[in-house]
Amino acid sequence: MRYRVHLEELELDFTCHPGQNVLECMIGAGKKGIQVGCRGGGCGVCKVEVLEGEFTARAMSKAHVDEESLVRRQVLACCITPRSDLSLKVIGKIAKPIQRRCQ
Amino acid sequence: MALRGILRLGEVCIRVLDLAAARTHYVDRMGLIEVMSDEEDRKIYCKAWDEHDHHSIVLREADEAGLDYVAFKVYDDQTLTDLEPRIQAFGLDVSRIDAGVYPKSGRRLEFFLPSGHRMQLYAEKAQIGNTLGTRNPGVMPDEGVIRGFRINRLDHCLLGGPNIDECGRLFQEVFDFDLSERIEDEESRDSLAMFLTCSTKPHDVAFVIQPEPGRFHHVSFLLESATDVIHAADMIGKYRIPVDVGPNRHGVTRGNTIYYFDPSGNRNEVFSGGYVHYPDTPTLTWDTSQMGPAQFSQDNIARESFLTVVT
Repeated sequence: MRYRVHLEELELDFTCHPGQNVLECMIGAGKKGIQVGCRGGGCGVCKVEVLEGEFTARAMSKAHVDEESLVRRQVLACCITPRSDLSLKVIGKIAKPIQRRCQ
Repeated sequence: MALRGILRLGEVCIRVLDLAAARTHYVDRMGLIEVMSDEEDRKIYCKAWDEHDHHSIVLREADEAGLDYVAFKVYDDQTLTDLEPRIQAFGLDVSRIDAGVYPKSGRRLEFFLPSGHRMQLYAEKAQIGNTLGTRNPGVMPDEGVIRGFRINRLDHCLLGGPNIDECGRLFQEVFDFDLSERIEDEESRDSLAMFLTCSTKPHDVAFVIQPEPGRFHHVSFLLESATDVIHAADMIGKYRIPVDVGPNRHGVTRGNTIYYFDPSGNRNEVFSGGYVHYPDTPTLTWDTSQMGPAQFSQDNIARESFLTVVT
């Protein structure tokens, strides 16, 4: 079953194929919108809030997704697989210590 | 100076989210040798083929990715005795860990670096060899000993956190490392990264500025040749291992490199090459006007993810 993933605010859509996580589907579709980091649930840069839809999630680092985040449906795009069409808001931020100093 | 005092990075304990997935990555794909496991503590102990010590990588299942500790091997027990008061005089609390608390290991000293990382020193660890023996050893292990990414040994690590100048001072003043290279802000001259060596390698440990303490940037493994880096890159592609930076050369250290992530998002590097460092080699300085060539010298493009994605 294929599902459509919609990124709110960015007005970006892509398709998720069975068994694939949201981030790899975005990368596979050649789209940009969610930050790509470690792709293993460890670094937290691809954090999204699931506004609508159902998903399953694999283990994510508690440093970035604690119980409270799970309740708010704030999860890592590299670790969630859709079980319906999804609407997401991108909330991941990455610290830029060096780049910021360059500006 | 003959190589005494701190010898090398001898053990890195990495937190993983799923031990089975970590085993597939580090043992099946990368080709590290699993020497021991502890199902109760959810740990796997591994070594690279050409290391004589019992293990160099410990994988521990946890609910957060990242680094548990780094441990450096020192020349002998007297070195530990001599270093303890010097570390305390620097201003760090040192705890003593009895022999045997860490498996196959003699006593350890433990303290926290100004960057927030847990570091240990030990003088003794059981040796199990590299399969060749020590008398008329030959040069080639049996078929199958060298496999996967053909990793020869654990080489160095890069740690992210605040106070990296203090870390540099600790390693230089207390541990007798040399500052081989440094990246600084072009205008403020603030340190952004410090590369330190206790050997003839370009670095044995490095620090990069990060707002949060105790962050893990990467652990790095030594390969025989640049051809082996390309071979590893082909394996990484075949098994769809997430790549951070494809094959390239570092300006800093001159290593031929590829960066990729384990299944929990911890960054790994395999590399070959680099120059020979001696204690009288001057410190090399790069600044932010040349971040591209400093990071990756074949395309001279700085990667944002390389300095921002950490566990």
